[in-house]
Amino acid sequence: MTEATGIGAAVKRREDLRFITGAGTYTDDLNQPGQAYAVFLRSPYARAKVGAVDGSEALAVDGVLAVYTGQDTSADGLGDLPCGWLVKSKDGSDMVSAPHPPLAVTQVNYVGEPYGLVVGETLAVARRGAELVNTEFIELPPVAVLGGAARADPIHEGLAGNLAFDWELGDQAATDAALAGAAHVTALEFANNRLIPNALEPRAALAQYDAVSGEYVLRTTSQNPHLERLVLSAFVQIGPEHKLRVIAPDVGGGFGSKIFIYAEETAALWAAAKVGRPIKWTAERSESFLSDVHARDHLTRAELGLDADGKFVGLRVRTTANLGAYLSTFASAVPTFLYGTLLSGQYRTPNIHVQVQGVYTNTAPVDAYRGAGRPEAAYVVERLVETAARELGLDPAQLRRRNFIQPQDFPYQTPVALVYDTGNYQAGLDRALELADYPGFPARRAASERAGKRRGIGLSCYIEACGLAPSQLAISLGAGVGLYESGEVRVNPTGSVTVFTGAHSHGQGHETTFAQVVSDQLGVPFDSVEVVHGDTGRVEFGLGTYGSRSLAVGGSALVKASEKVIAKGRRIAAHLMQTTPDNVAFQDGAYRSGNQQKTIQEVAFAAYVPADYPEDLEPGLSEKAFYDPKNFTYPAGTHIAEVEVDTQTGAIELVNFVAVDDFGRIINPMIVDGQVHGGIAQGVGQALLEHGVYDEQGQLQNGSYMDYCLPRADDLPSFLTDLTATPCDHNPLGVKGCGEAGAIGAPAAVVNAVTDALGVRDIAMPVTSERAWRALQGVAGEGV
Amino acid sequence: MQPFNYLKPSTLTEAAALHRQADEPVYLSGGQTLIPAMQQRLSAPSDLIDLSGIAELSGIQAADGAIRIGAFTRHAQVAESAAVRSAIPALARLAGRIGDAQVRNLGTLGGSLANNDPAADYPAAVLALGATVHTDQRAIAAEDFFQAFFETALDHGEVIRALEFPRPRRAAYRKFPNPASRYAVVGVMVAEFDDGVRVGVTGAGPCAFRAHGLEEALNASLSPDALDRVEIPHEDFNRDLYASAEYRAQLVKVMAMRAVRDLFDP
Ligand SMILES: Cc1cc2nc3c(=O)[nH]c(=O)nc-3n(C[C@H](O)[C@H](O)[C@H](O)COP(=O)(O)OP(=O)(O)OC[C@H]3O[C@@H](n4cnc5c(N)ncnc54)[C@H](O)[C@@H]3O)c2cc1C
Repeated sequence: MTEATGIGAAVKRREDLRFITGAGTYTDDLNQPGQAYAVFLRSPYARAKVGAVDGSEALAVDGVLAVYTGQDTSADGLGDLPCGWLVKSKDGSDMVSAPHPPLAVTQVNYVGEPYGLVVGETLAVARRGAELVNTEFIELPPVAVLGGAARADPIHEGLAGNLAFDWELGDQAATDAALAGAAHVTALEFANNRLIPNALEPRAALAQYDAVSGEYVLRTTSQNPHLERLVLSAFVQIGPEHKLRVIAPDVGGGFGSKIFIYAEETAALWAAAKVGRPIKWTAERSESFLSDVHARDHLTRAELGLDADGKFVGLRVRTTANLGAYLSTFASAVPTFLYGTLLSGQYRTPNIHVQVQGVYTNTAPVDAYRGAGRPEAAYVVERLVETAARELGLDPAQLRRRNFIQPQDFPYQTPVALVYDTGNYQAGLDRALELADYPGFPARRAASERAGKRRGIGLSCYIEACGLAPSQLAISLGAGVGLYESGEVRVNPTGSVTVFTGAHSHGQGHETTFAQVVSDQLGVPFDSVEVVHGDTGRVEFGLGTYGSRSLAVGGSALVKASEKVIAKGRRIAAHLMQTTPDNVAFQDGAYRSGNQQKTIQEVAFAAYVPADYPEDLEPGLSEKAFYDPKNFTYPAGTHIAEVEVDTQTGAIELVNFVAVDDFGRIINPMIVDGQVHGGIAQGVGQALLEHGVYDEQGQLQNGSYMDYCLPRADDLPSFLTDLTATPCDHNPLGVKGCGEAGAIGAPAAVVNAVTDALGVRDIAMPVTSERAWRALQGVAGEGV
Repeated sequence: MQPFNYLKPSTLTEAAALHRQADEPVYLSGGQTLIPAMQQRLSAPSDLIDLSGIAELSGIQAADGAIRIGAFTRHAQVAESAAVRSAIPALARLAGRIGDAQVRNLGTLGGSLANNDPAADYPAAVLALGATVHTDQRAIAAEDFFQAFFETALDHGEVIRALEFPRPRRAAYRKFPNPASRYAVVGVMVAEFDDGVRVGVTGAGPCAFRAHGLEEALNASLSPDALDRVEIPHEDFNRDLYASAEYRAQLVKVMAMRAVRDLFDP
């Protein structure tokens, strides 16, 4: 029974039937009787004083119900949107948080920033109203370009400058000394390009307020509804937590962009109470481009020192991270604790020092996006290592081998705070080289050359820290919340099982994987297990889904809850079989003692119909658990890209991509493969296609799919993927997390392949055909 | 989108009359450019005059030495037409690479030409093949039709009925697509006729044009190598996030060379 659906089985995703037949329930599919529609007033300028907002013409339109501005939300005492992670600068001072009202009150700081909203009977009426609002702006000079932003005049009134924090990690003196004494130093300076997330489903909200009960309900596109409720009650103070319900129904992708507590959802909820009508808002795609939180956008200088034997002796990294105009929910943690701590990579680099300056600019806020800090770290390390190998005339695979942390070194304390639990990096590299036919590369390159093309191969041996996160450690580092997860396993009287998880599926397949885990634990049929998530009214608490944490943390909570269920059931079974609990064994869904047996379904029935029941036991068979991880998990792997470049046009074709990943134990290999594929596509997108570009005036230059290039199927080869496994040794499932690996490993692999093909040290992402063509010409110029 | 009147005439005369009577009328063909423009409120017509009901705008007829394609013909129909494939295979191939399948199933030849997007594919073919644009009022030679950035010789209210493409000895089209939009960063059609070679270039400049320098070189010697040393003046070329003017000049040359190669090895 459990063979086809248990742990390790490639069970088809249950949720897909509704998704691919159009039967999913997304926020925009939902409607409430009497609902009105909101359209947001957005700044056309990157930086301007907001003067009078005249809504009189709008209000004269038949069907326009209200025009609200930041003045109104602030008069009602709505609090700021907080950043949930307090980072300290190296001098010990707290980061500088620019006040972030949900709707701008006196000044707008990026194009698209909402400063008001119009509520109308229909969407068309609300739009018409929004067009008729006359707003006085006094334009101010923006700081839209990251280079030099730290030294530019402050964009926020009342702040001394644009530096939010100047953070460091590692031993600077030791690292400086190691680099000074190194036999060879490889230095690179590059940008990590700005990305715009582009979930398939745009953000949306359906907000309601019941004046009689005082209850608010917000249905929205969230990756973490409980966190949203917590922030809306504790910080924004819309209403008390027990009167607030946040429901994230089916959510069509997020990649991080739906973690954050945004202005629009917040203002819609507030406005629903103001107008006394349910309010619906769904972002248009062009609004998404402007106002969804963006990602990455670093400038980095990095140096890797090696001794005469090619052993790494030190790594020094200086990064300027663009935070955008305000600190989004986790913005400060991404370029610090999720970045600097990963710079040891898979290597025994004894000395590492990283300094990160987080800077405000007049651009959309920047925060976590698939990988969040770890792609940036992997890019730094893997570009440096590959470049060092080329400079030293060594095989890049060999140089990596020479420096790998060895299997016997685990647990491994890095010089940048983390303790890696388990791993076998050599095994991943070997398998990837085999799949990529590494020895056959010179022959393939020669064949390409005969066809007038350049061919290159590039490796990337990435590491990531997933399973966010041990709460005490995270809180000691500045997190404003714990990062445990909750779960509840409820065995119903008839023996079917309802599982509640605080993790949230927005494409990951929790409804399938988590059912596999619980059906395996309890020995009940897969089809008898239902997974509930995404509703603060149904699930006790949760921290949501991001950082490849759901299975490692949320799945572990379900294992704990299942164990409690089994333990309670054992006492009931013992009573039914007239023996003591320690004489009862549980296996494959049944309690056994001698030749007696009670299935868990029989025990559940007895628990709810306690005709013959232990005296000292409560009826019912339902248990909750919170699981707080002991450490991060450390998925790692090797990605290898092979590219062919058209020498006349610079067009780059990704001809092969190999990914060998260690995610620990695998619950559902098909879902894992899907996650890897999606991640690689996004990583290739960053390397070759995607780039959110602001001009000096702070106008987004490519806010539509005509200009912003997402990877499509015909941009990608069929990937070759495989797995190695060193199970995680500190969570009950032995799992590590697989959601972000592709996006973390791929960019460096692709750029390493491109630079190999072109015979250049470095090239900027995204490597457009013009950039590649210019590199081949050896000419600089007006290219982009 | 603003409210508008929707009108569906069944003859050209009726269409023209409706156009004259309305405040701010606009013809609707495949809607692939117009509808997004209306959604973004860049266009807010009072009356939308749908051309889909006018029978005389449809159909593909092959005649001696030329092929006539109705303005309302969808890109996918051109791509799949046996008549076009046999008369001018390069034109069918061009149509088959416009946008994506959804766009090809709706977008039309007439809409594309009336719109005159600098990155559209058809204008390169119209110029290289020396096509004639037949409207409800007159016949316009290819050279006279494309005038400037999104500007054509069409008068207010004038409707394209059909395009007449002379059949070349051979022709080939090469396109370097923008990775995001898949429109042409540069597209070059090379067509050889009894009286010489014509080269139509799209994507590179503010409006499609004939590349006389390339034509001269190819008339001297119809081979890729003949283009090796031809200078492509690019002062007026487009520049955007994806490609500079200089890079576009390189692409014009490379696409032209490859198109010439295709003439011999289709
Ligand atoms: C995603 C996408 C990708 C695309 N990629 C490409 C590409 O790669 N290459 C390419 O060439 N094109 C591309 N296009 C454009 C598309 O193929 C159409 O050709 C173009 O949108 C116009 O044709 P239409 O039939 O849709 O015209 P409409 O949008 O209906 O009309 C466009 C304009 O022409 C006018 N008009 C239409 N028909 C006539 C007529 N018979 N007489 C007078 N005026 C008329 C209309 O009034 C309107 O002003 C793309 C479009 C999209 C949306």
